[in-house]
Amino acid sequence: MTIDLKTVKHISKLSRISIDDQKAKKLEKDLNSIFNWIEKLNELNTDNVEPLTSIAETTLRLRKDQILSKNIREDILKNSPKDNKDYFVVPKVVD
Amino acid sequence: MTDIINLTLTELVKKIKSKEISSTDITSNYIERSKSSKKLNTYIEETFDDALANSKKFDAKPDFQKKLPGIPIAVKDLYCTKNVKTTAGSKILENFVPSYESTVTQNLWNSGAILLGKLNCDEFAMGSSNETSHFGNVLSPIDNNLVPGGSSGGSASALAAKLTPATIGTDTGGSIRQPASFTGTVGLKPTYGSCSRYGIVAFASSLDQAGPMTRDVKDCALLLEVISSFDNKDSTSIDFKRPNYFSDLNKNIKGKKIGIPKEYRVEGMPAEIEKLWENGKEYLKNCGAEIIDISLPHTRYALPTYYIVAPAEASSNLARYDGVKYGFRVEGENLIDMYEKTRSQGFGDEVKRRIMIGTYVLSSGYYDAYYLKAQKVRKLIKNDFDEAFNKVDAILTPSTPSSAFKVGEKMDDPVSMYLNDIFTVPVNLAGLPGISIPAGLDENNYPLGLQLIGKPFDEQGILNIAYSMEEKINFKLNTSDWWIK
Repeated sequence: MTIDLKTVKHISKLSRISIDDQKAKKLEKDLNSIFNWIEKLNELNTDNVEPLTSIAETTLRLRKDQILSKNIREDILKNSPKDNKDYFVVPKVVD
Repeated sequence: MTDIINLTLTELVKKIKSKEISSTDITSNYIERSKSSKKLNTYIEETFDDALANSKKFDAKPDFQKKLPGIPIAVKDLYCTKNVKTTAGSKILENFVPSYESTVTQNLWNSGAILLGKLNCDEFAMGSSNETSHFGNVLSPIDNNLVPGGSSGGSASALAAKLTPATIGTDTGGSIRQPASFTGTVGLKPTYGSCSRYGIVAFASSLDQAGPMTRDVKDCALLLEVISSFDNKDSTSIDFKRPNYFSDLNKNIKGKKIGIPKEYRVEGMPAEIEKLWENGKEYLKNCGAEIIDISLPHTRYALPTYYIVAPAEASSNLARYDGVKYGFRVEGENLIDMYEKTRSQGFGDEVKRRIMIGTYVLSSGYYDAYYLKAQKVRKLIKNDFDEAFNKVDAILTPSTPSSAFKVGEKMDDPVSMYLNDIFTVPVNLAGLPGISIPAGLDENNYPLGLQLIGKPFDEQGILNIAYSMEEKINFKLNTSDWWIK
């Protein structure tokens, strides 16, 4: 299987990472070499194998639905590049 | 006072408790040496003034009951530290100042340790040579122009150069054990769920683990005892009775069964490493252990599995860096354009590559062929270990397929860089504990390590075996201080 330039640009769009043509060509080469190597997994028949999603074989713990952090608005907004003291500010989304 | 930097962590603790030396003595010695070692580029953020103030505070009112009384420690810059900049080696976090503390570092401070600074690492811990950091590559004290390994390269280099008495790294596919092996130091990746992931900048959540990096096995046991804890803030933290790794450390490994997996004898492995491995077997036999040949038949599929699972998890974890919450933003024509420009300029090439691999394997039409397939192979890899551990107590392998390489040598070929982690990655996939200890030198006098892999939660078992081997190996790390101006 090969990944063409069009696919690379599609993945970059899905990843929300803009790339120029030169970078896209380099990525096409890198991704193909990586995926050719990954293809090795197809040697294995895994039809009757259960997928391993987590190594910690415990069911997730439950806790009471309580508020544990209070008055942390300032802390949360502290690292935002733009805010108006109450909210994160982003470019206009709806007209 | 030059001997202070030559003392191990346990020796420092002893001398501070007997009041032979003060926290201020230790801290000022490490600060001075760190200041004259800038050439190695180990620190991203230095907190020397605060460290000195805290050591004076400790000396004025010392608490000798603590496990790390007044001990200064520099940590990998992947741990969130409250009010201290935390970058994960990335431009996208270059201005990020957390308002909370990671559980593992909090455990250090609760035990009396003092933060010296934040150590360089590969960007978001993605790399095996510490060359992907936005803050520049780290040099190894072992030789000029040599990589320290990665991703905990700043930690390994600072430890081997004696800029910190001990340190902590993180290990997703070998990021503690490989740099430890390259720099002649000890590094342990605990069982998945032993150390809390809370406050560690996430890379691949089903694989990430925190762990100690130290000068010897005793120090490693002490530091593990401090950082390992059950934590409600980490949903995969496991509540098990943690032993007193340090006081329980012993050399009685008589009758222990040690497995030697034949699949780890890979093509093109240098004869020196083969020899090292043979020596390791002899040492173990001399300690009364029994050597047993075993098979881990799916070993060769571990790396390709890892390079699906880890990027898939990373692409999800790194979606949060969108130019809204973490300080770095590049303005765009609209919201989507702002996202794309921020992420394009904020992430480095290796991180982008992995996000794109992850996005692709999770995308519609490819999920089953790649991601689900990898999870199934991961199960087979874990089954291999389960079966092996029916016959043996621990497994001995080389830590890496080669010694450290030169800066720039592998940057153009991602697959050859990824092959560095061939012996460490299976351990993460199976969630097992693994330790790398220095075991010898190659023809260039570069350190080589051996890895011990244990059963889940048997950190004590592999520490004890490592402790016994360490005595027989008697490795001495010699650096010429060439980097000190």
